[in-house]
Amino acid sequence: MVGLATVFGAGGGTSSYAEAEAADVIVMWGSNARNAHPIFFHHVLQAVRSGARLYVVDPRRSETAQFADRWLGLEVGTDIALANSIAREIISSRLTHRGFIGRATTGFDAFAASVEEWTLERGSEVTGVPADAIRELAHAYAGASAAQLCWTLGITEHHNGVDNVLSLCNLALLTGQVGRSGAGLSPLRGQNNVQGGGDMGALPDKLPGFQDVGDDSARAKFDLEWNATVPSRRGWHLTEMFDAMERHELRSLLVVGENPAQSEADVSRAVELLGGLDHLVVLDIHLTKTAELADVVLPGSASWCESDGTVTNSERRVQRVRKALDPPGSARDDVDIVVDLARRLGHDWRYDTHEDVWNEVRRLSPMHAGMSWPRIEELGGIQWPCPHEDSLEPSFLHGRLWADDPSERGRPAPFSVVAHDPPAEALCADFPLRLTTGRRLDSYNTGVQSGGYRSPNRVGETIDISPVDAGEIGVAAGDVVRVASRRGAVEAPVRIDPGLRAGLVFMSFHFPDDVDVNQLTIDATDPRSGTAEFKASAVRIEKLGVQ
Amino acid sequence: MDLKTRGVAPLGVERAAIESVLGASDGDATHDGVGGSALRANRHLLLPTLHAVNDRVGWISPAAIDHIAERLDVSPAEIYGVVTFYSLFSTQERRGRQVHACVDLVCRARGVSEDRLPDGVHPSPCLGMCDHAPAALVTEAGEPARRVALGDVSSDVSSDPIVSSPTRHPIPQAGDPDLVLLARAGRIDPLDFDAWVADGGLRALERARQIGPDAVIDLVDASGLLGRGGAAFPTARKWTAVKHQDAAPRHLVCNADESEPGTFKDRVLIEIDPFALLESMTIAALAADCAHGWIYLRGEYPDAEATLTSAIDTFRREGILGDGFDVTLRRGAGAYICGEETAIFNSIEGFRGEPRNKPPYPFEEGLFALPTVVNNVETLMNVPSIVLGRATANRRLFCLSGAVARPGVYEVELGSTLGAVIDGAGGLREGSELQAVLLGGAAGRFVSPESLDLVLDHESVSAAGLSLGSGVVMVLDQRVDLVDQIRRIAAFFRDESCGQCVPCRVGTVRQHEVLERLASGVRDGQIELLADIGRGMTDASICGLGQTAHHAIESAVVTLGAFER
Repeated sequence: MVGLATVFGAGGGTSSYAEAEAADVIVMWGSNARNAHPIFFHHVLQAVRSGARLYVVDPRRSETAQFADRWLGLEVGTDIALANSIAREIISSRLTHRGFIGRATTGFDAFAASVEEWTLERGSEVTGVPADAIRELAHAYAGASAAQLCWTLGITEHHNGVDNVLSLCNLALLTGQVGRSGAGLSPLRGQNNVQGGGDMGALPDKLPGFQDVGDDSARAKFDLEWNATVPSRRGWHLTEMFDAMERHELRSLLVVGENPAQSEADVSRAVELLGGLDHLVVLDIHLTKTAELADVVLPGSASWCESDGTVTNSERRVQRVRKALDPPGSARDDVDIVVDLARRLGHDWRYDTHEDVWNEVRRLSPMHAGMSWPRIEELGGIQWPCPHEDSLEPSFLHGRLWADDPSERGRPAPFSVVAHDPPAEALCADFPLRLTTGRRLDSYNTGVQSGGYRSPNRVGETIDISPVDAGEIGVAAGDVVRVASRRGAVEAPVRIDPGLRAGLVFMSFHFPDDVDVNQLTIDATDPRSGTAEFKASAVRIEKLGVQ
Repeated sequence: MDLKTRGVAPLGVERAAIESVLGASDGDATHDGVGGSALRANRHLLLPTLHAVNDRVGWISPAAIDHIAERLDVSPAEIYGVVTFYSLFSTQERRGRQVHACVDLVCRARGVSEDRLPDGVHPSPCLGMCDHAPAALVTEAGEPARRVALGDVSSDVSSDPIVSSPTRHPIPQAGDPDLVLLARAGRIDPLDFDAWVADGGLRALERARQIGPDAVIDLVDASGLLGRGGAAFPTARKWTAVKHQDAAPRHLVCNADESEPGTFKDRVLIEIDPFALLESMTIAALAADCAHGWIYLRGEYPDAEATLTSAIDTFRREGILGDGFDVTLRRGAGAYICGEETAIFNSIEGFRGEPRNKPPYPFEEGLFALPTVVNNVETLMNVPSIVLGRATANRRLFCLSGAVARPGVYEVELGSTLGAVIDGAGGLREGSELQAVLLGGAAGRFVSPESLDLVLDHESVSAAGLSLGSGVVMVLDQRVDLVDQIRRIAAFFRDESCGQCVPCRVGTVRQHEVLERLASGVRDGQIELLADIGRGMTDASICGLGQTAHHAIESAVVTLGAFER
């Protein structure tokens, strides 16, 4: 979101799901949407069925790549090198959209100069992808009447994830593949409401509606409504919070619906820091590993059936969720818990209904102002921005960039000069294999919400390796091996995946109770987004002694 | 797509067979892979790929199916569905040599029966060798595979080495100066291009190019040429309809999937005059503005296939094909239904050969959803003489078989009587008395000896509630068990129903069951039930197979009183 906000001023995907069907070229970059975002992928499949060409950029020939017209299997952590090579090919082949660049962007010349060195040959050398594949993607993307560029954590879970995003934004700016129906940039989000969390201000420097904490007039509005003083100081993101715990600056923590004791990179350190807090409160519907460490556990409600409210999906669509059941036992509605906490802390919060909470959001966040609950209900969800109750904005963002009138066009979108920077942890003789992590279709994150349900697809945690590596190490499918990184080691059974090339291994992190994969991952983090480099660790695989 | 396969690699010979059609794969690529639409665009190569594996290995293993699935980006289940659609393929391991003995109408009238076949010999529906009855097809997997159609199965065909094809019986009318369609029979070597040109070959094509497409269509229209595959649709109207479609490229499909029991005329035409068929197709493509030609040939016709393959090569070498218009030969794999004009599209495209709903009709959305002309072999073979102004379309071929003295293909002027046509084949065999004639094949009707005066043209035949169909005239003498014949017809349709639409899938089974009950002596309401089933199939089946599956049976039961004797 940081990358998109830098370029366009708003941290959200620029297109709607259904617009994928209007695209004639779709690029899935660092995204195994077939498994991780199956609903969005339905729209992609519909487009493919109608003749759209699908390109997949991923180190693994993933389930998504199986559907692709062309798979570009870059080396882990060479996304910027590939994007810059594509940009150079587009520029040198005169496939840029000059009108768009001239009117709606800034910084083209510096950018063009920065990618001059990224010839197809150089790009191929660094990324491993043959030059003709890079060329084909460049020409297809630039030549498309409407192209979608979609990405997921394969782009963001790197120590330079924000730069990765910026490098993709550059491609859209070069070719004018943004701000039109079907043409856009689509970061796919991992949870049904992760977008909503950001929209509501769960970011270190934003108030609801992406209003900056440093913006005095915005803050004044909140001060008035809340009858309190909102601090103008930027807060911490999750990774910074752990650093603050390490420095003993952060001593009390309220964790709501998150399981950092299992989901953080370098998880042993995370558990140790959580255990060392003065006071840890966890609000969750499950007794997670994090909750087991807590001083107080507040049993909450399942938001999709035990509470009224809204969620916002990756296409910025605010949707109603409705209460069907009372929370069981002593569990309570999350809103009631938070309100009671506020009262104990000396603020007499009062809301008659959950809808009142929402109407407060509408008063404070201009982009939500036009979304009354009855209207959300009537339209089956509304995409932000929606400032007025009597009109709707287009389904895509940033159409303003195409406006003839410069005042309507607003702030031009800047090109970003980004340099290739390989993964923080290089391969070496001791740790010769590149471990990348990801999701499988049957499970969800650390398994808190999916582990309780059976799935015919579930194989449990495995270490996926190429047939070549399996032969060299001398292991067969099902053999349990030890996987070690500089930070720790786990044992897992081998799964042989012909979609992997030699030197590349893959694990999920869905079964931390059985195999705690984040013992292995590195917590090298992008300082701007706080996202850790889950996608690139160096490991080795050892055979266990034969019984 | 993300295919689920069993992860077992194909044998080297299987992989080689697959790659002989699909080319080498990019299987070792580590940083780049082509897939998706580029692979799926090769779906139409599925049938040739399956033939390649079956020819070399003798059967199609799960590993081969998986590998083909990966190469075409089609699910293994779908490939399995296609493999099992065709009777010449097997998903079970079997020995390399397979013998298929015809147990259909003419051959069983000669005493062949599924109950009395030697071990390891499969019963087969009509092999289109009725003039050589009883017939068999022997296939032997290997490199190269060998496939031989045999007449007069006398020796132990299941173990003898296959040496060569037997000599074909000559065309009985060969040398008759009035012949048009069979004019070259016995006069020139079918594959001698120079002799063919010296005999007037290519002159029609040259003239067609001179006078242009519209004039060609006018000539065909004026000739009154009607389709000879069974439906008798005016050929010129078909061509005009395709020519006026906007979508392109347009296709021309020559339907040589001759599978109607008792029919063998198209095989004979291809074997005696293959260049004429290719010339006819080139003219038709010119007239209807088609860019691609296809010949869909019955899988059980190895000699016709060899002849056509050689003829197409020659035409390409001579530059007649390949420049603007080319012809692809597709071999069927044992499925009667693939002769249906839309099932043939699905089969060519690599799907199960199930008929499509109409509309859309082939002229609007046919092969690959593009405008398509589908013409039968005999229909096309009329074209050169029409273009040269030498003949009208008043002669057609009849397949005389059964109890006649000289079985074979006969070219007859429309308007002859049934009796005259039988007399032309030498009349009944010595000692035979006429019991009935099956007119039009299994989808046609039986007529009694009183019908010998029937005039064989479209109007008279239609007026009598009959159809010339594919020109079958199968003569049954007093020794033939009529009930056995219609039980076989019922079994044939039951086997050959593609199973797609309910009236046919269920109706052909129920019809067979009723006949078995009748044959065992049960009478109570069965005749009425049979009529009900027939009406249901006629009214509600998608395609002609179901719509005609009770015709012959009904005629035998009602007209001939098969169960009243």
